[in-house]
Amino acid sequence: MDFFLEVLIGGLLAGVMYSMVAIGFVLIFKASGVFNFAQGSMVLFAALTFVSLLERGFAFWSAFAATLASMLVLAWAIERGVLRHLVNRPPITLFMATLGVSFIIEGLAQLLWGAQVHGLELGIKDEPLEFGGVLLSSFDLFAAGTAAALVLALSLLFSRTRIGLSLRAVADDPLAALSVGIRLQRIWGVVWAVAGFVSLVAGLLWGARLGVQFSLSLVVLKALPVLIIGGFSSIGGAIVGGLIVGASEKLAEVYVGPLIGDGLENWFPYVLALLFLLVRPAGLFGERAIERV
Amino acid sequence: MTASRFSPRRLAATFSLGLALASGAAFAANEQYFPLQSYRVGPYAAGGTGFFGGFIDYMQLINARDGGVNGVKLTWSECETEYVVEKGVECYERLKKGLNGAPAAATNPLSVGIAYATLERSTADKIPLITINHGRTDSTDGSVFPYVFPLQLNPYSEVSAIVNYIGQKAGGLDKLKGKKIVTLYHGSPYGKETIPILDILAKKYGFSVTHIEVPHPGTEQQSQWLNIRRIKPEWVILRGWGVMNPVALKTAAKTGFPADRVIGNIWSNSEDDAAPAGDAAKGFISITTHPAGTDFPVLKDIDKQVVKAGKGNLQDPKRFGNVYYNLGVVNGILNVEAVRIAQAKFGKRPLSGEEVRWGFEHLNIDNKRLQELGAVGLVQNLKLSCADHEGGGAVRFQQWDGARWKVISDWVQADRALLRPIIEKSAAAYAKEKGITPRNCAKEG
Repeated sequence: MDFFLEVLIGGLLAGVMYSMVAIGFVLIFKASGVFNFAQGSMVLFAALTFVSLLERGFAFWSAFAATLASMLVLAWAIERGVLRHLVNRPPITLFMATLGVSFIIEGLAQLLWGAQVHGLELGIKDEPLEFGGVLLSSFDLFAAGTAAALVLALSLLFSRTRIGLSLRAVADDPLAALSVGIRLQRIWGVVWAVAGFVSLVAGLLWGARLGVQFSLSLVVLKALPVLIIGGFSSIGGAIVGGLIVGASEKLAEVYVGPLIGDGLENWFPYVLALLFLLVRPAGLFGERAIERV
Repeated sequence: MTASRFSPRRLAATFSLGLALASGAAFAANEQYFPLQSYRVGPYAAGGTGFFGGFIDYMQLINARDGGVNGVKLTWSECETEYVVEKGVECYERLKKGLNGAPAAATNPLSVGIAYATLERSTADKIPLITINHGRTDSTDGSVFPYVFPLQLNPYSEVSAIVNYIGQKAGGLDKLKGKKIVTLYHGSPYGKETIPILDILAKKYGFSVTHIEVPHPGTEQQSQWLNIRRIKPEWVILRGWGVMNPVALKTAAKTGFPADRVIGNIWSNSEDDAAPAGDAAKGFISITTHPAGTDFPVLKDIDKQVVKAGKGNLQDPKRFGNVYYNLGVVNGILNVEAVRIAQAKFGKRPLSGEEVRWGFEHLNIDNKRLQELGAVGLVQNLKLSCADHEGGGAVRFQQWDGARWKVISDWVQADRALLRPIIEKSAAAYAKEKGITPRNCAKEG
């Protein structure tokens, strides 16, 4: 039983890490209907910039602030340079644009900071802690706490601020929002900037776990089933989706893997996601799009 | 008058002029070309920049210090593959014809996928394909694979040497009986390559082996390491690649498995594999055929003649002498030695791939030659032949102290006699499948 609990809780905590990346997708999709394929590259860019600044003698918080500033500039550049010119284009055009942006960011990151792998220590020991015979990772617990704080902060931003109100209005009905004087471009800029901040937080946590290297951009692959299950437009859904994906893939790997072969951890979440697509296409918390034809 | 137009003297003069022009052209092309299918961007750029940096710097050293190989300058050009197989094949096709008249000596893609994809082309084009420390194990048998060279160490030798080391630690191979070993392998053909040989070794020595796969890229390994904790093995052999390695070490620490009981294979042995794991990597052991460090005379020469002259290929000079860089230097040494040996037979001129292949097959690096090359301790003794395209089969073990690797063993030899029949059987099956008539190595000089 202890072993089962270890696998289950370890999976749930791993799922929180997936949610961190998924939240970035949700923010942009919610406000603009764009599936931002560049989210993984933004995670890489943020982590690589941060660690490179640390290695050049910046203090932790100075590096954090400078990286955040660079993410804001990046968000501004994407909004000004790409998205603004693609307003009212079909979703597939916007998706392809973010695909292109993804490759540009990856190339730019390696051009600026080099291709070598960097270690990143956040000062949190990744040692096992024992709770009633069950071993848990202190770093994973820290990551879960960070995710909770992030969700709380984003909820407050959306519900208690004027910007948040505008964001919700744009998410509900962009044309109506425009008609009451909300500037769509400004809102997009803000959303991309917030997504940049989320990328930085996710990049630091993932970077501390994997090392800061190109593979960070691949963590998006873990976020996709999370989004399908949780829904593309719900931050809460991203968290719940992450927990479901994390727990189910670990349990499947440990208990089903020996029966049908190892390595199913990568594709099992997609089986689950496809089942959700068949039964509940909008995901657990996604909004059903109703169009008059 | 007609007679005078075709007089012997005029003919001789014309011939001399033609010869002079031809020799002038030959002088212009008195270069040996190395086509480099390199990767400097993408997920594996850290390995690519180090390896190709070391390879290029060694060739620069030969040109700067020695004026080339017996007067034949070395030249090269790069084609970016991003470690993508299709791009690697495209680069091969683009570069194989040589450069400005300089013929291609050999290809060195440092990628299992690209090597597999270009194996038959290399044979058809008669250009040696060098897969140092990796590649198809059965390509060791040169009678079936005349143009493929898994120099120094093939995958079977690698795990055999690791088991021999574990045996040494246990007090003898007979003490392995009843022990438990887990192999944590990358979910790819590369990762799976050694499963059969580990099963054979387990049967022979009486230990149990459990193979656990980590799906590519290996960013999550919680369930695998929880399984390992349940199995309670004495040793874990880590057959990783890229991000899988630091994640393995971090997750091992997270689940309470000691790093000094994890042995990394040849692609889990660089600074980039250990350093990102921070304290979790302290004590981690791995094999190497090419220790890190800058104290080897050949590295000192590169530093003096190339790096300090501002011509070093590395973007980050701090990586000089690291594991990937030194592998590139070793690869450079072996390629250049093959050219040198082939020149002794075919003449001091640019050589065709077929001629360089002969050089590889007659590589003989003994202690005396290592001394001359300034590479004692950096390169193992190697003797290749028509039948044996690996030549070495030995590794040393190193341990990560938190900042750098420290060599902790002498050369540990693989059980090559045990492996040879398995390799020959696999090569024979390949020959049958492809309709290849193996060469008779007994008749080849």
